Amino acid sequence: MTTSTPARRVAIPPVLAGLTSGNVGAVLERGFTVIRNQNWMILLSGFFEPVFYLLAMGIGMGGLVGEVSGPGGRPITYAAYIAPALLATSAMNGAIYDSTWNVFFKLRFARLYEAMLQTSLGPLDVALGEILMALFRGFVYALGFLGVLAVMGLVSSWWALAMVPVAVLIAFGFAALGMAVTSYLKNFQQMDVVNFVMLPMFLFSATLYPISVYPEAIQWFVMAMPLWHGVELMRQLSVGHLTAMTVLHVGYFVGMTAAGLWLTTVRLRALFLR
Amino acid sequence: MYGDFAAVDSIDFEVQPGESFGLLGPNGAGKSTTMRMIGGTLDRSGGTLQVLGMDPAERGPEVRAHLGVIPQQDNLDEELRVRDNLVMYGRYFGLPRSYLGPKADELLAFAQLEAKATAKVGDLSGGMKRRLTIARGLVNEPRILLLDEPTTGLDPQARHILWDRLFRLKEAGTTLVVTTHFMDEAEQLCDRLIVVDKGRIMAHGSPAQLIREHSTREVVEVRFGSERNAQVVAELEGVGVRNEVLPDRILIYTPDGEGALEEITRRGLHPVTSLVRRSSLEDVFLRLTGRSLVD
Repeated sequence: MTTSTPARRVAIPPVLAGLTSGNVGAVLERGFTVIRNQNWMILLSGFFEPVFYLLAMGIGMGGLVGEVSGPGGRPITYAAYIAPALLATSAMNGAIYDSTWNVFFKLRFARLYEAMLQTSLGPLDVALGEILMALFRGFVYALGFLGVLAVMGLVSSWWALAMVPVAVLIAFGFAALGMAVTSYLKNFQQMDVVNFVMLPMFLFSATLYPISVYPEAIQWFVMAMPLWHGVELMRQLSVGHLTAMTVLHVGYFVGMTAAGLWLTTVRLRALFLR
Repeated sequence: MYGDFAAVDSIDFEVQPGESFGLLGPNGAGKSTTMRMIGGTLDRSGGTLQVLGMDPAERGPEVRAHLGVIPQQDNLDEELRVRDNLVMYGRYFGLPRSYLGPKADELLAFAQLEAKATAKVGDLSGGMKRRLTIARGLVNEPRILLLDEPTTGLDPQARHILWDRLFRLKEAGTTLVVTTHFMDEAEQLCDRLIVVDKGRIMAHGSPAQLIREHSTREVVEVRFGSERNAQVVAELEGVGVRNEVLPDRILIYTPDGEGALEEITRRGLHPVTSLVRRSSLEDVFLRLTGRSLVD
C-alpha cells in the first residue's frame, strides 16, 4: 500500500476546533451524487406540490373569488394573490422536511451521520452540508415554480426574479431552526409536533386571504410568525411593490437564520454525539 | 508520543504503536462505548483520554484523520454504490479524487469485491458488507484501526478471510484495537489484551501469558451425561490441578492431558465422551468470572 495520504489542510478558528475540518464540500458532493443516482420522480414530486395547490385553489376556487386587492391596493386575480404565498410555503415545507424528518432518519436509521463522523468531518460540517443541500433543493423548486407563474402570467414585475433568492433565504431560516429543533427530538412521535405547528402556520399566515380578516390581537400574533413575513415579502416582489416593510421582512429571515445557525451550533454535540 | 490511550472510565490502558490490542468481554461490558470515545463520536462524562497525544473530544477531526473505524453494525451508505462508498468516504477525509480512484480499486481487491464495484450496497451479503466496511475504514491509511466486534455474525469461512486481511495490516505496521467476545478471535489477532467484565479490568497480558497465569497448559473435557456429572466429580478429585463443573461437562485442568485421561480410566470411570485440548482464553475467562463468556 502507498504510505502517504495527501489530505487537505484548512485553517480552523480555535473556537470551532473539534467541530469542523472545513470540509463541507464533501457533504455536498455526497448529496449531489445521491441526487444523480436518485429516482427523478421523487425530485419532481416536490416541484408539483405548490403547482397542484395553485391549480386547485388559485384557478379552481379563484373562479368563485374573482379579483382581490393586492399589495398597494392594486386589484389582482386570486391566483396571482396566493401564488407568491404558495412559493413561500413550499420553501418552508421543503426546508423543514429536510432538516427534521430527513435528518432524524439519517441519524437514527440510515446511520449516515454516524459513518460521516467516523471520518475527519465534524458535526458542523455535516450540519452545514445538509442545510446547504436543503437550500439547493429549495432553489431548484423555486426556479421551477417561478417559471410556472411566469407562463401563467401570474407575476407582473421584474422584481419577481428576486423571489428565487428570497425563497432560498426563507428556506435557510427554517432549515437552520429546524436542525436546532431536531436536536431536541427523541422519537418519531415528537416529530408529529413539528407537523402540528407547520400546518396551521400555512393555513393562517394570511396565505389564502388578507390578514385584515383577523381581530387586531390575532393580527399581531400572525405577524410574529415567520411564514407571514415570507408570504408578504413574496407578494410584494411578485408585483414589484416595495416598501419599508420589505426591508423588515428580509431582516426577519436574516435574524431567524442567524439565530437558527447559532442554536444549531450550540446543540451540535447533543444532536450528533449521542 | 503516539498510540497512547489512557484512562477510559474506570478502565485504564495504554496501547503501543504497531501493537494489536484487544478488549475482551461479554456483551454490555462497555467495549463499544470505549471505542466510540476513542474516536470522539461520543461525549464522555469524565476521565482523561489521549489518542496520538490529543483529546478526541476536543480535536475529533484531527484525531480521526488517523483512525480507521469499523463499527459493530455496518453503517454503509445505502444510497451510494459499492465503489462510491469507498471514494466518498475518502472525500470526507479531504482526500483528492486522483488518490482515491486507484485506492478504491486497491481496496476492492483487498476486500475481494472487484466484481461488485457498481452493485448496490443493499444487494451485498452480510460477509461482503462487513468486508466493505473494513475496506472503507482503510481508505485514509489509518495509523490506528478500531475494530468493534469485527467478525460477529459471519460464517467461519468469512471470519478466516477477515482474520487473514487483518493480520496482513498488522504486519504492515497498523495499530489494531479490537473488541470481541470471541476467545479464538482474541487469540488470533491480539498481542495483548484486557479482559473486561462489569466495567472492571479482570486481567491483562498476552493471550499466552493470561493462559499461563490463570489456567493450565491442557484441559480434559469429559462428559458422563448430565445427571452423572455432579456425582462423578468427587471421584475425579486430584486427577488434575483443578476441576470445573459445567451443566453439560466437567473440565479438568492439568499440565498433562493424556496422563489425566489415563488416570480417569484407571479409577474405573468411563466418560461418554472425552477430549484433550490446549487451554484457551475461554478457560481464563471462566476462571476469572466463574461463568462462560458466550451465554
